[in-house]
Amino acid sequence: MSLVQQGAPARATSPSRKNRKWGRLVVRYVVLIAVLLFAVFPFLWTLAIAITDKHGGGSIYDFPDSLFPRAVTFRNFVEVYNQFSLGKYIWNSISITGLTVIGTLLVSALAAYPLARFKFPGRDFIFAVIIATLVLPGETTFIVNILTLNKLGLLGTHLGVVLPTIAGAFGIFLMRQAFLGIPQALIEAARIDGAKELTILTRIMLPLTKPSLAALGIFTLVGAWNAYFWPMLVLSSAPDKAPLSVAVLRLKGQFNYDPFNIAAGSLIMMVPVLLVFLAAQKLFMRGMEGAVK
Amino acid sequence: MTVSQRPKAPAKAKYSLRDTLMSYAFLAPALILLALFTFYPLAYGSYLGFTEYGGARFGQGLPPKWIGLDNFRTLIADPLFLKSMVNSVKYLIIVPVLQLASLAVAVLVNKNLPGMAFFRAAYYVPVVTSISLAAVMWDWIYNKDGTLNWILTNAHLIAKDSTFGWLNNELTAFWAVMLVTFWRGFGYYMVLYLAGLQGIPEELEEAAVLDGANAWKRFWSITVPLMKPTILLCSLLSTIAALRVLEEVLVLTNGGPLNSTYTALMYVYSKAFQGFNFDYGLASAAGLVVAAVALLLSIINFRVFRDDTGGGK
Repeated sequence: MSLVQQGAPARATSPSRKNRKWGRLVVRYVVLIAVLLFAVFPFLWTLAIAITDKHGGGSIYDFPDSLFPRAVTFRNFVEVYNQFSLGKYIWNSISITGLTVIGTLLVSALAAYPLARFKFPGRDFIFAVIIATLVLPGETTFIVNILTLNKLGLLGTHLGVVLPTIAGAFGIFLMRQAFLGIPQALIEAARIDGAKELTILTRIMLPLTKPSLAALGIFTLVGAWNAYFWPMLVLSSAPDKAPLSVAVLRLKGQFNYDPFNIAAGSLIMMVPVLLVFLAAQKLFMRGMEGAVK
Repeated sequence: MTVSQRPKAPAKAKYSLRDTLMSYAFLAPALILLALFTFYPLAYGSYLGFTEYGGARFGQGLPPKWIGLDNFRTLIADPLFLKSMVNSVKYLIIVPVLQLASLAVAVLVNKNLPGMAFFRAAYYVPVVTSISLAAVMWDWIYNKDGTLNWILTNAHLIAKDSTFGWLNNELTAFWAVMLVTFWRGFGYYMVLYLAGLQGIPEELEEAAVLDGANAWKRFWSITVPLMKPTILLCSLLSTIAALRVLEEVLVLTNGGPLNSTYTALMYVYSKAFQGFNFDYGLASAAGLVVAAVALLLSIINFRVFRDDTGGGK
């Protein structure tokens, strides 16, 4: 059987192979587009709802009409902003995220400098302990941390949300790696010129490790902006201090909630992160890849 | 032991006092915060697991009272805890599915074809999405009148009059929540696998093509073996993540309907902070059980994926 078949297509090999190649390419793109729809459909629909003129009649569940709004408006954004005083929550998000980013960069850079550049008793032990926090199971830490914050009088404050999150192995490790890459001669030269260690850190080390600082800052920013569970817990007694991520869900839980406004509010929350992601996409992916190597 | 080239010479370590003081001053903020918010809660939380503590908000009632293993006995007798643990173990079904899908997608976007950079970035967007936004969007999709039912009825997979809310149905809610976890996770693992794939030398692939190996064979005999360290890392990460699922459950179903989506950490959270019990002792004990299972699964993962050729990292 195979003999017969092999004989015949001798001349036809090249076009049939070409066809198969094209076929495979088409299949590849079809699969990729299907996955793409799965990944981004929720955003597209939310976007469609957010810009739909709700006074044009119809509900968000009129398919497929609701996916292609006939009357486009930006009024939903204005409405949700005013009705739910979204400005307050946006400010809360900015405050929590800003404090977290600044705190993380500061604490990580300070801790990483001696770990990378000095010999002192206990250094290796401290470094090991910090790295160990990556694998320690923390299933009960959030309970005790709430009790601690309560004792410190920090429950219901932005500082209470931020403080427990800023000292992390990831940031310290990242900055230490960056500092290790800076030539020792540069530091020696500065010392001969009489520079203090803090000056060396701020004038030499930090400017030279800007890419790492930026990466850490962006990672922290996206994480803090999106965080839900921890801020919700810490600020449960102070609803006015909640960030957008918590407030949006509270809106959704309201009895007479308006999906058009919720969609608009959700997009307001998403846009900053999306912009940061698009701008720093390569950094993101490379940062992730760094985790494997 | 008589190694001559030891650059550090720790026998006579000369530490300068100035360097030591300066180092500890720089490390102080990190160390204080880690001690207060990571190590102290680990130790104190473990201790609380063996005490009766709570009853009042933030534990402002009686001090913790040592009761030995009583909390663990209570847990074993609590059907909700057992259900939570079973659900958490059941959640692990996501691990192989998620890993295979991410690896497959990574292989698909790894070729230098037009548009690949766009696909990679788009697949990563769910990863940088807040869980609250995911909750808002998926709530609409899963609604009785939502997109999922629209697709299914139009594909004639279910009848129009038998649609239901996927998150309100005891049989489907658990899987619906899991799909959201999948949605938020596959871009993350895809990028990790992509990094691993790009480390595979091209000559190997080319040689295999010359030897007549088809794509499938190349995948199993070149890609998979060389990707073992990455597969280990990813499966370890996703095992632990699956066991620690809490936010999805909290925002999508709050454990319902009929407790069908309760996971182990949801149980820990609800015992400590929901309702009026504030049972920090019992919640801590449950947390310890989850931690122990997480540790066990990590060890199993390492055993299964250990590189027995000796060439791994």
